[in-house]
Amino acid sequence: MLRATLKSLRSRKLRLVLSGIAVVLGVMFVSGAFVLTSTLGASFDSLSASVYAGTDVAVSGKAPVSGGEPDENSATVPAELIGDVRAVSGVEKATGVVSVSGARVIGADGKVVTTSGPARLGTSWTGTADHRRLRTGREPRAADEIAVNASLAAAAGIEVGDRVGVLTLQPKKTFTLVGVFGYSGDRDTVGGAQEVSFIEPVAQELMLGRTGVYSAVVVEAAPGVAPEVLRDRLSAALGDTYDVKTGRQLQDAAAEVFREALSFFNNVLLGFAGVALFVGTFLILNTFSILVAQRVKELALMRAIGASRWQMIGSVLVEALVIGIVASALGLGAGIGVGALLAYVFRHVGNTDLPMESIEIPASAVVSAFAVGTLVTLVAALLPAVRAARVPPVAALREVAAPDRPLTRLTVAGVLITAIGGAALGLGLAGQGGAATMPLLLGGVLVSFTGIALLTPMIARPVVSVLGLLFSRSVPGRLGRLNSARNPRRTAITAAALMVGLALITGVHVVLESATASFTTMVDTRVKADLIISGAPGGDSAPTFDPAVLGRARQIGGVREVVGEYGDIAMINGRPNRVTAVTDLAAMTRMLPLRATEGTLATLPAGHLAVDAKRATELGLHAGSTVRVRLARGGVRTMTVAGVYTDDDVYRVGGWILPAEAAHDFRVAQPSFGYLRLADGADVSEVRKQIDALLADSPEVTVGDRGAFIAQQSSQFDTILAMIQLLLALAILIAVLGIVNTLALSVLERTRELGLLRAIGLRRSQAMLMIAVEAVVISVFGALLGLAVGSGLGATVVRALRKEGFTDVALPWERMGTYLVLAVIVGAFAATLPAIRAARVDVLHAIAHE
Amino acid sequence: MQTTTTGPPGAEARQDATVAARAVDVWKVYGSGEAQVAALRGVSVDLGRGRFTAIMGPSGSGKSTLMHCLAGLDTVTRGEVHIGDVLVTGLGDAKLTRLRRDQVGFIFQQFNLLPSLTAQENILLPLSIAGRKPDRDWFAQVIEIVGLGDRLSHRPSQLSGGQQQRVACARALVARPNVIFADEPTGNLDSRSGAEVLGFLRRSVRDYGQTIVMVTHDPNAASYADRVVFLADGEVRAELHAPTADAVLDTMGRLDTGPVGAGRTVGA
Ligand SMILES: Nc1ncnc2c1ncn2[C@@H]1O[C@H](COP(=O)(O)OP(=O)(O)O)[C@@H](O)[C@H]1O
Ligand SMILES: [Mg+2]
Repeated sequence: MLRATLKSLRSRKLRLVLSGIAVVLGVMFVSGAFVLTSTLGASFDSLSASVYAGTDVAVSGKAPVSGGEPDENSATVPAELIGDVRAVSGVEKATGVVSVSGARVIGADGKVVTTSGPARLGTSWTGTADHRRLRTGREPRAADEIAVNASLAAAAGIEVGDRVGVLTLQPKKTFTLVGVFGYSGDRDTVGGAQEVSFIEPVAQELMLGRTGVYSAVVVEAAPGVAPEVLRDRLSAALGDTYDVKTGRQLQDAAAEVFREALSFFNNVLLGFAGVALFVGTFLILNTFSILVAQRVKELALMRAIGASRWQMIGSVLVEALVIGIVASALGLGAGIGVGALLAYVFRHVGNTDLPMESIEIPASAVVSAFAVGTLVTLVAALLPAVRAARVPPVAALREVAAPDRPLTRLTVAGVLITAIGGAALGLGLAGQGGAATMPLLLGGVLVSFTGIALLTPMIARPVVSVLGLLFSRSVPGRLGRLNSARNPRRTAITAAALMVGLALITGVHVVLESATASFTTMVDTRVKADLIISGAPGGDSAPTFDPAVLGRARQIGGVREVVGEYGDIAMINGRPNRVTAVTDLAAMTRMLPLRATEGTLATLPAGHLAVDAKRATELGLHAGSTVRVRLARGGVRTMTVAGVYTDDDVYRVGGWILPAEAAHDFRVAQPSFGYLRLADGADVSEVRKQIDALLADSPEVTVGDRGAFIAQQSSQFDTILAMIQLLLALAILIAVLGIVNTLALSVLERTRELGLLRAIGLRRSQAMLMIAVEAVVISVFGALLGLAVGSGLGATVVRALRKEGFTDVALPWERMGTYLVLAVIVGAFAATLPAIRAARVDVLHAIAHE
Repeated sequence: MQTTTTGPPGAEARQDATVAARAVDVWKVYGSGEAQVAALRGVSVDLGRGRFTAIMGPSGSGKSTLMHCLAGLDTVTRGEVHIGDVLVTGLGDAKLTRLRRDQVGFIFQQFNLLPSLTAQENILLPLSIAGRKPDRDWFAQVIEIVGLGDRLSHRPSQLSGGQQQRVACARALVARPNVIFADEPTGNLDSRSGAEVLGFLRRSVRDYGQTIVMVTHDPNAASYADRVVFLADGEVRAELHAPTADAVLDTMGRLDTGPVGAGRTVGA
């Protein structure tokens, strides 16, 4: 039995390879993810070990505001602390250092140099005794001198001697670049980070907000004193106002942060793997079903000569197992390649300059590759295996035309499963699941897809018939259409492969499109500002501009009102909250949709604040209530609620609004947004030009009308869209494989028909056209399904998010049209090989009877 | 009724107007080297226009091979094949396809119909492929001859074997090809259905002047033809005109005394 199985397996290599490719791809992404994470993780470990080599213990301040993002950046230690540290026995050396992210260098092209995630550090020059190594020039000695690391110099296009603008806590300041440095191990950067080094007081002023403070005190232990021992001594001596950690602990913490950042890539890869494997399941199911259908006689003969049902099931499953193992092995190999490639890209294209000693292949990669690959294949082959076992022995003796089994049971199952998936999805969207929300959503989507896939055969016949009408003018077109409607299950499963990918992509598109549309509606109908100063969102520090611009803008003829908006995180009644400071709240209410429900928004005296109705209700606050506020600088202050407002929409303003004075104690005392209202009849473009000129030294922001503002703020979706395009490419690749596979098998199955058609005069080109039409009909069917399901999915999500401000459901018609056209192309492309095969059918061979 | 042996190749006059298809010294050799098999060994035969010709012979005698060569489905190793005034030998695939589409009709032993098309669609398929409009009167007449009036919208799976074969006959007839080739059209049918099919094949020759060439090993089927050509061992051995079943059986019997079976291996 086993030998017969393996033999038949070998005779159908090509088809099985085709169906196995999807598994290979899926396994490749799974193992690629593992390899990438552990390779980069290992290299980062070795990197941070060298970075913290000179640090035995570090003492840093506790952040006044914690739980928010800018955390340790606002934590400082006073200069006096160095003395206290030195007094502790076992301390060989103690150095105060400044190292804070948020130093943005303006490159030779006038644009701010960005990174794809790593920090843009501003530091105090502490010499080259630690891991810094001067490459050219010298260390900074004067207040207007800086040195930068080599990767930053290259990215900014600057050289020693150049005048370089740097944005910090303060607006643009210009320095002379006097030195370029690297790091121990001949590195240009530490994991992609940029570093600007000032002399100590300048670094303190620009990065920490005042002189006389440091980010941390770095301690070297005296010989023979273990870092842990020294840490405990320091802790005891300094009290719990400070954080004392060993270099080892800092190294671990850094690695942890790095791993977290990596987990994003990991999740993307695993997402790809999920899609590939899920779709691959359909492909394998289809291949095995067709193979079983084609081998009915052979299987019946086996039954007739005594094979048991279990043997039949076993024979199919053994085939599946072999394919699964082979596909997993191939996938693992490809995954190691992909992981290595991505690690390489991460290192060189991402400019991280990570040391890369070797490619790490963790056991988890191998185990998961084989577990996932074989399991998926076996599960997919289960149904066809059962079907094979149901072939009656008499089928060997009589001509059994594959009967059209009724689709009722399938449809009922489809409805049930879709309902279950929908319910899980609904539960997840309603936010009832708590920690289970994410699994509920993902599971809901997968189960719904499975259910819908089961329903597709039901829809396939009518839809395909209608679709095919487009091609019915020519005989080959009509035959192709008939063929595609012939076996609704086969057509449906093949189309479902394309459906899944397209539905996911369309769903995300709908959500993003709706977000943009909702935002647009909101800005268009509610925002009354004529010009808005703002920067593109994203990046490690929010774009800001020189506050002086606000005052100067007011002087421009035609400008009626100007409001500046500052943002930060503050502790309010002991919990982190996003806060906003505005220069003129009354003017703001005239430009943005804020409405007082209690108290007043007309004035906001010092020591007062306004809060939105939702938070006010949560905390039981009313006009006149007081709250304890702790900003990045200064102690805890008590502020009085002047007004409660509703902003009943998505607008970011939501939250605590503080008077302008409070912004001085924000970590960054520079506005991120500016709103301008112009006098009636003012020349908008003229005013714009003048403001543009004012912003010359604030390259992170631009001024534009509402349309420009909308375009800028929606640009944050671009990365997501790029990811989606990748996913689309993968989904299409697998769908093409599916269509090729199904058509190749169909052509084989219909060799005689093709021969007959050729005998009675069908030309080769017509035979090819016939196959092409069949393929296009299948792929367009899949695309339509995907677009419909994706739109439904996206619209459901958008509806569920209505409270979060998704007011509009918008369908990306243009993209959807593109996908449909793409489906036609994909279909035609997938048809190429099977069509050539069909055209090559030997007439005599086909009509010769056994 | 008379029995003649065939004359030397090309002995019969080239009366093109009366010849629908012709084979001249046709050889067909399969395989190469040791495994070489000559299925046809210098066959020359003229198939008269408006006549019903049967090609008889024991299994393996080369009947199907001859038919395939005559119909332009297969290439010959040596010799020439003509259909009407077209020299088939040496034509490329495109021209052959056209020739089959416009000049030739086929009826096979089995698997004649496309399962996804109705009877009517199957019948009209050659015309649709060629992009020709069916002649309504002729179509009605053909349907009448084969007696399928009430089955036109059925699919092949809903028809009996005999009905399926009649649909195949109708399909061959409706395009009015120069010549119809039928390979054991009654091979899979019971005797009554077989007789029906043979009956209207003969009728279409008598009443409408259709040319039909039928391969069969059934003497009874051969007796419906105007002329029977006997093949054995890849060679034409005998010929009968206006045969009866008994005469065919008789001739077959005499052929059987000679070496019969797979073509002999021929030297290079
Ligand atoms: N494709 C082929 N390859 C090799 N030999 C063949 C092939 N087709 C037919 N033959 C051989 O040619 C001879 C004639 O076959 P065929 O014309 O099918 O006989 P018939 O139809 O009279 O039974 C047989 O010996 C057969 O084995
Ligand atoms: Mg034969």
